[in-house]
Amino acid sequence: MKFTFPFSAIVGQDDMKLALLIAAVDGRIGGVMVFGDRGTGKSTAVRALASLLPPIDVRAGCRFTCDAKADGPCPFDCPVGSGRAVQKAVPFVDLPLGATEDRVVGALDLERALATGEKRFEPGLLAKAHRGFLYIDEVNLLEDHLVDLLLDVAASGENVVEREGLSLRHPARFLLIGSGNPEEGELRPQLLDRFGLSVDVKTPELLADRIEVVRRRDRFDRDPQGFVADYAGEDAAVVARVAKARKRAPDVAVPDQVLELSSRLCQALGADGLRGELTLMRAARSLAALNGKKTVTPAHLAAVAPMALRHRLRRNVLDETGSTPRIARAIAEIFPA
Amino acid sequence: MTDAALAARLLAQDPAGLGGIVLRARAGPPRDEWLKALAAAFPPGTPIRRMPIGIPDERLLGGLDLAATLAAGKPLRAAGLLAEADGGVILVPMAERLPPETAARLAQVLDSGELPGPEGTSPARFALVLLDEGVDDECVPAALAERLAIHFDLERPLEGEAVQPLPAPGYLGSLCAVADALGAGGIRAALQAVKVAQVSARLAGRDVTEADVAVAVRLVLAPRATRLPAEETQPEQPHEAEPPPPEDNQGEGAESEQTLDELTQLAVEVARAMLPPGILEQQAGRAQRGSASGQGAGQMRQSPSTGRRAGVRAGRLGRGARLDLVETLKAAAPWQPVRRRERPATTGVLVRQDDFRIRKLVRRAQSTTIFVVDASGSAALARLGEAKGAVELLLADSYVRRDEVALIAFRGEAAEVLLAPTRSLARAKRALQDLPGGGGTPLAAGLEAAATMGIAVQAKGRSVTTVVLTDGRANVAREAGTDPMADAEAAARGLRLLGLKSVYIDTSPRPRGEGARLAAAMGARLVALPRADAGTLAAVVKAA
Repeated sequence: MKFTFPFSAIVGQDDMKLALLIAAVDGRIGGVMVFGDRGTGKSTAVRALASLLPPIDVRAGCRFTCDAKADGPCPFDCPVGSGRAVQKAVPFVDLPLGATEDRVVGALDLERALATGEKRFEPGLLAKAHRGFLYIDEVNLLEDHLVDLLLDVAASGENVVEREGLSLRHPARFLLIGSGNPEEGELRPQLLDRFGLSVDVKTPELLADRIEVVRRRDRFDRDPQGFVADYAGEDAAVVARVAKARKRAPDVAVPDQVLELSSRLCQALGADGLRGELTLMRAARSLAALNGKKTVTPAHLAAVAPMALRHRLRRNVLDETGSTPRIARAIAEIFPA
Repeated sequence: MTDAALAARLLAQDPAGLGGIVLRARAGPPRDEWLKALAAAFPPGTPIRRMPIGIPDERLLGGLDLAATLAAGKPLRAAGLLAEADGGVILVPMAERLPPETAARLAQVLDSGELPGPEGTSPARFALVLLDEGVDDECVPAALAERLAIHFDLERPLEGEAVQPLPAPGYLGSLCAVADALGAGGIRAALQAVKVAQVSARLAGRDVTEADVAVAVRLVLAPRATRLPAEETQPEQPHEAEPPPPEDNQGEGAESEQTLDELTQLAVEVARAMLPPGILEQQAGRAQRGSASGQGAGQMRQSPSTGRRAGVRAGRLGRGARLDLVETLKAAAPWQPVRRRERPATTGVLVRQDDFRIRKLVRRAQSTTIFVVDASGSAALARLGEAKGAVELLLADSYVRRDEVALIAFRGEAAEVLLAPTRSLARAKRALQDLPGGGGTPLAAGLEAAATMGIAVQAKGRSVTTVVLTDGRANVAREAGTDPMADAEAAARGLRLLGLKSVYIDTSPRPRGEGARLAAAMGARLVALPRADAGTLAAVVKAA
């Protein structure tokens, strides 16, 4: 039995945890980009969240996770059988830096082709990540041709394969989680824009917090079962909160006043495109739902604005001011005190 | 016992838990001796495998054994090196040349301890020993190195003073505090230090003592240090650091306040004894460059194993070659009736070695622009400022092209690398915050520094453009007694021999002959820009 470090045992990192929860409530927000040094627990948090989420319904006998209701017949020729639904854990796919296009997109099944001459598609990582998480560590070092590919699939929710005599398409809707250190290379604006939210992760500043991180990790490594059991209650509370928020989110009201504030904020910041505004609204609604509220307030908007907008601001390279202070300033100017 | 011998025994205690060792040493008898000791530390029969750095994926992770498959007429899989090394050790010689793709895969398997396969995952828990033979700023991929707990240099043997094995209940907090004081690699390093201390204690059959803490500091934290701890540990810092009353089983009770202080002090002393002055700059430089240019090693290969497709060619498998199946089958198709007659019993397509078609893949050539800026005299600051602006504009523009920019300034007696090749705007901004200017014009030194950097960058398979900004009035010679201008021209010719693309930007208000002479010697395009501003400079470079 393999144990995953519990989500609620992660010390600090409130921004990242909040962004992940918001994205888990509304998948349409479109992914989270996590900036920060290596070894700050980014991948631990994402893995923890994936294992925390309630299992999804899949067709019995299907190797993949297509949704019997929404996706229609399985694109991978799985036996349809009785069409009975079984439960499967939310997929978590780790895209390695040097992955080949074949592994990501899928390719002709070599074994079948050689043995029986049958032309069959061997699904790639995009298919495996369907309805789950696609985690890319050091996304800024990912090769351009893979980035282009991912951008398209992430935007359309569908992987179109035209290669090696294969011609097919299959749904690939996943939450894209990227991580990277801006010191090691910039990200293309188009890629950044695909991520709904972005957060900065730092090593906790207080030594006491750092000691607590190491202490918990040490306990987890020695006795994973006991450690997971200790946090089972808190994790269950998080699951319940996400599940409730998912149900509630569509009914959360957005007053006109909040909509107007959101537009004015985006305008003042010159955030490119409508996507920023849309994400801001969705994130604010998810946050309200997570907090058990029925209406989005300006406070919700202000809380999510930095993570929804900071990576979309058009940058003047010769201007030293960072994005986050600019957003804070704009909020202070526009929002009613 | 020396630290090297101890490291081998520690690793044998908990190979997968510690991740492995980064051993900096050139090939030679001392390293062979150590490797022998490492093998001896493990129980007999433990797999200890060497991994060639150019290993293709199917050998590393396992995959279809194509030759056997074709011979047998049915699919046969072969286990990869990682699966074969489960429970043992993988040695990676020349690890500083490890391609980033391979490093990324190794890191992923190290993290998860398992290998994905067609029928679920299989265990792959192993320790990795990276044999780092790097010189100067070459070093192993940082993303991999930081996952391996123990780092040491065989050629810089470090004998700590003997530390008494007194009980050290507050070791966890102390190691965190020391990691912090040394600026050593964040939480992951602290956690690894804790593990090494625990393993060291287990090896001696006791609870963690001060001696084990010292071992962890020497093998884990000190090699990652980026700063020296202050001479006296400030008394308030450890107090602040006092962990909340522990609720777990580590026995850090009320007495821990005093213990933590003393223990932290002791650990800091151990680290200080190991870190002679000057060594830190070296380590920090390596770490920084390592992370910035860690992806260079893989780009030298003529036919990369990743990239966009650009047609096929006949060829053999191996060395990362990727089979184009459809083209291979097309090549095999006409021969089927003939081959079927030879082997009537087999089913399926009969494919032979000659049918193999290999994909040709191309990767966009990546380029590095090296600015060589004259920072001498009165116009220095303006010139440097504009060059800095140009660097930032180019970087801001280079997301798409993945280009790198570097900046060398020369003034007074020598040239100085202000910005090592990077494509990070954030890093460039920081490095170029304060620009020194004024003094003489050692043009030759500047051009030589550019040549040195150019060679290093070319070795990583990138194309290089040098952009020289100067008024061309060299007045500082390489050595006393030689002619500064003649030196500069000699250096310019040296630059030309490297076959770099160059642009010479003459910033003198009234251009005279030297600019043209130097540009000709360098084989550079000459651009006269008496008032070069950042935008124009960037445009000139982009046009180059």
